[in-house]
Amino acid sequence: MKSGSRLERVLHSGRFAVTAELNPPDSADAQAVYDRALVLASVCDAINATDASGANVHMSSVGVCALLTRAGYEAVLQVSCRDRNRIAIQGDLLGAAAMGVRNVLFLTGDGVQAGDQPQAKPVFDLDSIAALRMARLMRDKGRFLSGRSLEVPPRIFMGAAANPFVPPVEFRAQHLAKKVEAGADFIQTQYVFDLARMRQFMREVCDLGLDRRVHILAGVGPLRSAKTAEWMRSHVPGVVVPDDSVLRLRSVPADRQREEGKRLCIEIIRELREMPGIHGVHVMAYRQEELVAEIIEEAGLLPRRAEPEAARRVEEKVP
Amino acid sequence: MSFLQNHPALLETAYDATTRLLRPWRRWLRRGGATEKLLIVAEQVGKGAVFDCRMCGECVLHGTGMTCPMTCPKNMRNGPCGGVRPDGRCEVLPDQPCIWIEAWQRAARMPKYGGGIRLIQPPLDRRQQDRSAWINDLLGLPDSVPQGWDE
Repeated sequence: MKSGSRLERVLHSGRFAVTAELNPPDSADAQAVYDRALVLASVCDAINATDASGANVHMSSVGVCALLTRAGYEAVLQVSCRDRNRIAIQGDLLGAAAMGVRNVLFLTGDGVQAGDQPQAKPVFDLDSIAALRMARLMRDKGRFLSGRSLEVPPRIFMGAAANPFVPPVEFRAQHLAKKVEAGADFIQTQYVFDLARMRQFMREVCDLGLDRRVHILAGVGPLRSAKTAEWMRSHVPGVVVPDDSVLRLRSVPADRQREEGKRLCIEIIRELREMPGIHGVHVMAYRQEELVAEIIEEAGLLPRRAEPEAARRVEEKVP
Repeated sequence: MSFLQNHPALLETAYDATTRLLRPWRRWLRRGGATEKLLIVAEQVGKGAVFDCRMCGECVLHGTGMTCPMTCPKNMRNGPCGGVRPDGRCEVLPDQPCIWIEAWQRAARMPKYGGGIRLIQPPLDRRQQDRSAWINDLLGLPDSVPQGWDE
């Protein structure tokens, strides 16, 4: 085990993993985080804390993860290269690991133009692949980027993102190979709506032998209405919602679209469970944690093994 | 000039030839001297016109499909990102095509160095901005690849 994280243990044991996204609040109140975490904790193996997703300011991922680990929840720290340079990222990795964060997802990040403060200076000192390799250097070689030794390296399970749905689609599997080579232990993909494209991508991934080297969690989430679907595909970078998904929602009355979106999401999860190389799902729904919980339950992904923090601590001490 | 960039195999040969031409002069090359100033101008004019070069000082063109990675608004050295628009345009600058799509397509047409796009590019040394990449390439940069990076 590279990290001793619960997510790593679940994936390592061959069980189908479930992670869910927690959208950090626009608030300095810890309770806002705990309210959301409470809904998610019993239905997933780990909770991702997004890092100013879409370049919109919210409570920081490090802050949310600090709160989550305090309460014994399994957190996935998201690190975007948009807002921090290599010095800040290396420091955050040590700080997060010291707080008990065992999973880190490395992202290049959406451009600042996507968010509510496009005036900001974009950093992009590293890209996600360089950040992954840098983190691997810290974890496995016990060194900073400068070569300076670490006293105690951060034990982290390292993740990266993949988007099989946007160009250049013919090279996306090869680009994923680069992320695996850089050090990714797990992958969380962009929202899957186009199953045919996902199947093709996974065939290429398996042909490259990547399914044996990395755990792929497919990104899923409900479309709340036809209007939301339209908005998402035109405003959220990287999200591709095919026309037939939008049409399916539009074919039912507005008051039943939420239910239809949920049903579509559950169908997609069922398909993904059967797809070779997919080791789990990552459920995302902007500020709809209750809906995420319903989906995970109705897709038949429960129970997630309840694992209280106390039991975990004891387990870790046993050699 | 994108005509030239769309013939990456030709540029790859030109790269090879330039390197061979300059290598024997290595012992006379020195950082900070008049030669560097001259080379900087030559790079600004030559690579500027053909590649829209941003003078990062650590040229990796032959490893990125003869497409300058610094023209990516996220300055990615290991692109593309996941934000590319469905029509192949850039997430940040929707008026331009994603340069990483071009990079991967061109690399596939480069028999000698095309495979370089699969290598992991280390983080840039930001101090090399506006210095001569040719001198850096021929003389080598200390610590340009962090210790243990490729292990």
